[in-house]
Amino acid sequence: MKKFQVVDGLVAPLDRSNVDTDAIIPKQFLKSIQRAGFGPNLFDAWRYLDQGEPGQDPASRRPNPDFVLNQPRYAGASILLARENFGCGSSREHAPWALEDFGFRAVLAPSFADIFHNNCFKNGMLPITLPEAVIDSLFSRVDATSGYRLQVDLAAQEVRTPDGEVHGFAIDPFRKYCMLEGLDDIGLTLRHADDIRAFEAARQAAQPWLFHGARP
Amino acid sequence: MSAQTLYDKLWQSHVVRSETDGTALLYIDRHLVHEVTSPQAFEGLRLHNRPLWRTGSILATADHNVPTRPVKEIADPVSRLQVTTLDQNCAANGITEFAMGDPRQGIVHVIGPEQGATLPGMTVVCGDSHTSTHGAFAALAMGIGTSEVEHVMATQCLISKKAKAMLVRVEGDLRPSVTAKDVALAVIGHIGTAGGTGYAIEFAGSAIRSLSMEGRMTLCNMAIEAGARNGMVAADETTFAYLKGRPYAPRDTEWQAALAVWNTLHSDVGAVFDREVEIDAAGIEPLVTWGTSPEMVASVSGRVPDPAQEADPVRRQGIEKALAYMGLQANTPITDIRIDKVFIGSCTNSRIEDLRAAADVVRGRRIAGNIKLALVVPGSGLVKSQAEREGLHQVFLDAGFEWRNPGCSMCLGMNDDRLSPGERCASTSNRNFEGRQGAGGRTHLVSPQMAAAAALAGHFVDIRSL
Ligand code: SF4
Repeated sequence: MKKFQVVDGLVAPLDRSNVDTDAIIPKQFLKSIQRAGFGPNLFDAWRYLDQGEPGQDPASRRPNPDFVLNQPRYAGASILLARENFGCGSSREHAPWALEDFGFRAVLAPSFADIFHNNCFKNGMLPITLPEAVIDSLFSRVDATSGYRLQVDLAAQEVRTPDGEVHGFAIDPFRKYCMLEGLDDIGLTLRHADDIRAFEAARQAAQPWLFHGARP
Repeated sequence: MSAQTLYDKLWQSHVVRSETDGTALLYIDRHLVHEVTSPQAFEGLRLHNRPLWRTGSILATADHNVPTRPVKEIADPVSRLQVTTLDQNCAANGITEFAMGDPRQGIVHVIGPEQGATLPGMTVVCGDSHTSTHGAFAALAMGIGTSEVEHVMATQCLISKKAKAMLVRVEGDLRPSVTAKDVALAVIGHIGTAGGTGYAIEFAGSAIRSLSMEGRMTLCNMAIEAGARNGMVAADETTFAYLKGRPYAPRDTEWQAALAVWNTLHSDVGAVFDREVEIDAAGIEPLVTWGTSPEMVASVSGRVPDPAQEADPVRRQGIEKALAYMGLQANTPITDIRIDKVFIGSCTNSRIEDLRAAADVVRGRRIAGNIKLALVVPGSGLVKSQAEREGLHQVFLDAGFEWRNPGCSMCLGMNDDRLSPGERCASTSNRNFEGRQGAGGRTHLVSPQMAAAAALAGHFVDIRSL
């Protein structure tokens, strides 16, 4: 996993609530058995006028000029500004994979759906929850200022605006540690393999039926 | 010890260790696996040379991509590769898989309970958000992402933090023709699609206790549509009767020992929840969603809402966008909405009880002339053969429905079953998101009875008037 320390980036606004993971990456692209390459199909149904299918050459697609990420002023954005309940719906981790592959490193919203929120941390993508009023004011500033950038500092747990405003955000210490160091949590968990084995043995002794397979 | 919620009990009994910030290592009893969210997890294990921790905890099946017409091989090479990748990964690791063609194959959330592989007191995970379904058995069941699938495969644990507890109590008797699906939609309409975010929801009350296991599964299935990763119902005689004799369920003396444990799987009197919601069962009507979020729901006897009546600007814009996508005018009576396709299936409503209920509406009648396609897709091979023994397939076929093989099918259209742009569908599935059933497709979520009645009439009808 990529380390996340400070990201100073261009902000792209996605002004709608309840953006679901079907919209972030539509189902036809979930057929891939790879973990990479989803960026060209991020928000596919909104981003293109033609219908997206796996294996297309992105250069042959017809972009929807009205979709915000197609506007030249947001090209190269690495911070996504979003509305409430971002990432609801399907558990597909392809959603953060697609955002990351496109170039986003952080998503700012008033609230996130639980599974999406979890999945982000496994992929070096930082979901930051900020109060509705702060998000509102960021939307107006992004709208009013071409090239609007923000600085996200994970160690300090701060989002800093160009005019010096600082917005603190909360994050679990364990997740923060893993993100800062780019750590693989399987490796960390396996350090506790003895605890897991002991727990498992006791559980199997007490409730053996939880460990059976099918019987004819 | 102070009074505990069911969620407290399930959580506590699985904590292997916990950190000071509350992050816990939670032991996982059952891991269900399907073809879409697992290939990258198996690949990750291979790359790091990590073995599976406990192969016997895994039950796998192919469901999302499988064709529902009888074919030897999947035509789409990309879908085929995903399914054969699952077959190969399972074979290489000695994992039990109900592959395509196995009579037990089906939607992962239908086959787990059907096999008795979901048991009370378990933690159940799957790389699929509708894993909440299994909470109907007083299990702690939750959807996870692919990295977590890999983590559970490698460590038999999930890193998690305890959620807040919500109690949704539905008291009283449901009125005739009102189903578990309507209860689920009513709850979502009440608390909103983000209302359950950060919570584990326990469904309780006399209306819930009187639901069958199929009904409880429908309800818990949709907990995720209210934002809650877990939905659950306390274990009782209905739970035990459903499980008895199933292939993975305990037997004989073990059955007795299991019952002693299972009988404790309920919230104690006086247990405290972070939030409680009370819903009057008698007030729930047959419901239809009109928009692109499951909270956009109306009584079948109601009308499409008017955005002009909505004071909140963000919500107003949400309604306008949804109506534009759905091709609907404000104030249209729901029963005036004409439909093109009907889908009876999905992990929400494809169990035997759902098919029986739909067949009861359909029996002896024909689908309307404007219906281009009416599909019945049983949730599993075993549901299908049970339905055929009861003659339900003939009822559907005689009426003009197509009777298909099990799979996710038009719930999300990863196979060939999907909506074309602009087509409108009465669907028993769980998501009405833009493009969910096919690019540009328009989905109205309903119960199996309502879907069947809509197929006969060609538009929504109030089943209470039939
Ligand atoms: S039936 Fe639909 S919701 Fe259920 S697992 Fe399949 S795709 Fe997901």
